[in-house]
Amino acid sequence: MRRLFSRYRILLPVVSLALLLVATFYMQPRTMSYFGVNLLFNLAVPIALATVAQMCIMMVEDIDLSVGAFVSLTACVTATLLNDQPVLGVGVLACLVAAYAVMGAVIHRLELPAIVVTLGMSFVWGGLALFILPTPGGASPGWLRSMMTSTPPMVPMAVVASVVIATVAHLLVVRSGIGTVLRGVGGNARSVARAGWPVIRLKALAYGLAGLFGVLAGMALVGLTTSADANIALRYTLLSIAGVILGGGEFTGGKVSPVGAVIGALTLTLAASFLSFLRLSPDWQIGAQGGILIIVLMARLLFTRRNTRDG
Amino acid sequence: MSTVAQDSAPIVALTDAAKSFGAVRALDGVSLSIRPGECLGLVGHNGAGKSTLVNVVNGGLAPTSGRVDFPASGADTALVAGVRSVFQELSLCPNLTVAENLRISHSGLCGPGWRRAARAEIARTLDTVFPGHGIDTETTVEELGIAERQMVEIAIGFAPRGQDVRLVILDEPTSSLDAAIADQLVVYVRQFCAQGGAVIFISHMLGEVFAVASRILVMRDGKVVADRPVAAFTRQGLVDAMGHVADDDTVAAVTRDLGPEVVRTDDGLAARKGEVVGLSGLAGHGQARALAHLYLGTTSAWRGRRDPKMVFVAGDRTRDGILPLWPILRNISIGVLQQFSRRGLVDRSAETALAGDWKHRIGIRTGDLANNILSLSGGNQQKVLFARALASTAPVVVMDDPMRGVDVGTKQGVYAMIRAEAAKGRTFLWYSTETDEVCQCDRVFVFRNGRISAELTGDAITEEGILRASFEMQDD
Repeated sequence: MRRLFSRYRILLPVVSLALLLVATFYMQPRTMSYFGVNLLFNLAVPIALATVAQMCIMMVEDIDLSVGAFVSLTACVTATLLNDQPVLGVGVLACLVAAYAVMGAVIHRLELPAIVVTLGMSFVWGGLALFILPTPGGASPGWLRSMMTSTPPMVPMAVVASVVIATVAHLLVVRSGIGTVLRGVGGNARSVARAGWPVIRLKALAYGLAGLFGVLAGMALVGLTTSADANIALRYTLLSIAGVILGGGEFTGGKVSPVGAVIGALTLTLAASFLSFLRLSPDWQIGAQGGILIIVLMARLLFTRRNTRDG
Repeated sequence: MSTVAQDSAPIVALTDAAKSFGAVRALDGVSLSIRPGECLGLVGHNGAGKSTLVNVVNGGLAPTSGRVDFPASGADTALVAGVRSVFQELSLCPNLTVAENLRISHSGLCGPGWRRAARAEIARTLDTVFPGHGIDTETTVEELGIAERQMVEIAIGFAPRGQDVRLVILDEPTSSLDAAIADQLVVYVRQFCAQGGAVIFISHMLGEVFAVASRILVMRDGKVVADRPVAAFTRQGLVDAMGHVADDDTVAAVTRDLGPEVVRTDDGLAARKGEVVGLSGLAGHGQARALAHLYLGTTSAWRGRRDPKMVFVAGDRTRDGILPLWPILRNISIGVLQQFSRRGLVDRSAETALAGDWKHRIGIRTGDLANNILSLSGGNQQKVLFARALASTAPVVVMDDPMRGVDVGTKQGVYAMIRAEAAKGRTFLWYSTETDEVCQCDRVFVFRNGRISAELTGDAITEEGILRASFEMQDD
């Protein structure tokens, strides 16, 4: 029974997504097609990337309140600099990843609470985004646009992208040796330090990975929307946290699941469409979305309780 | 075995190593060498310097003076020299699997297929040390029981990890193992030493120390007081070596008429009105938990009361004691605000008067009570916490090792104050890691492994009696 618990962790997000998908198909059978599925999950791709970024931070027992602002900034850079001067654009995006890594090192060295530092940084990212793109606009680089809107045979792009993101993140975080050590930092930083690891570099690495996935999220978003705006992804901050938790991750203890995080992001995106199909007034949609989140978390709590009692 | 020990170069050699924390000399000039084939039993009471010695050997602490060398390997650091530690507090990553935990301390495992290698290595070591252990290397550590975790931790300590394991330090390795598994460990440690390894074995189970050690080192007050082959010790001799020579000036507790019983818990802790009850035993054997259980069980209510039944004096000041952003004044008055608040508002003048009164009575050394609490020294911060507790009308005062890091002068003052308050009818429950403090109590409960192992009263409260009850004397 104990062994089942570890399986339940990934089972629950899968089951919630499947249930929601079945309900959506039932409400609106026309979505059950190549085009329909692509439409349902299109916007999930940047959210999934942002969720994986958030997961890299939660993996080392921190939380990032600047994901939304950061993705907005990278979207603005992609829609302007990367389109007009590709070399400069790539350089700026690389600098942003490095800035994230430095932020992680500073948080560790000065023992600052990540929640405060990232909240402060979110205004810095927001300001830079406005500086780069004061009014909504810009254009997506052609190659990015064609990549995001390509139509692979049989399986829609949104699904292919989600599977690729989940696989890469899984290999990186769960399977690889360094990913294991990073999760160890979240589980028991002291024992990792005692084993001779420089924890500050590990933290910088985790934040750097988050920055990398944040940049990818911004690029994917511009590829889909073809233009950017300084506030385009602000809601990603809370969506990414919710996605990690929905996917079986926890706020403490380095317990994260990359596959679960991607599934969580898909579930959240689908929930919004599902509620529209229900013809629920947009005024109620956000609240209803929160309701779905609470139901899933309650289900998880029940599973965990039962399993610890049996164990 | 002894011939081996004489011939080869020591694995680790300490030369007059000392370590001070501020004014406290935790390690006071220790010279020691450990050779291949030796199993060193390390015993001593709380604060004798065992952990400091271990941390100096394994490189966790740099000695303030003196040298630590690793002649056998010629390495500079303990990690490279093949010195491993298995700590008393569990130090695995609970979110990782058993095999993944090995990866944390074995950075040589990398590239594709590292998982298989890690699984094989940890499984092999577990099989060698604890035959028939039944631990699956793919389970996450949090799903394992406490004994299994301890077994994994020991196995990681003995695992090859791509180098020669020369010295393994085991700090209370059997505290959560049952007797059969502890025996397996003892057998393995003997075998490991016979093959040229060395072990430092710290335990409060003296039977085990006698069974496993080839040499016993007794520490007291940061010094080595005895270092002899195991055959030169008797149990009684070992207990005597750990304790202080009886002080002549120990103040005998005056027998007083005590009131009715005011505290009685399920686990056997009891106190009468006006009594000073001590909680003793080795650190971390359940004393703090028993006090927390009692205190939180009595005082956790929805509404604060004007007349609390119990107050708490924290020993871990930064964690449970001071409010670091507040001035001294408010740190004193926080516990008693209910007493002089009117219609929900605090009576500022009464608050100031009370704090001023206690500043005078307990002698808090500060120019102005409006200063931040952190401007005070540790001892004075502790006085503020005493003032907070004593200012209330609570009949019972619970103290969780409150004298940690407090200077002698302050201690004497507080002892006197506790005596005076007890005489007025207050009851004190006092957990202390210092035996001479406990000896001032009217009654002492000695804890071992989370339970009360002895209740001492009157003349029976001696350092020897407490030591005897803290250490397991049986063979099991």
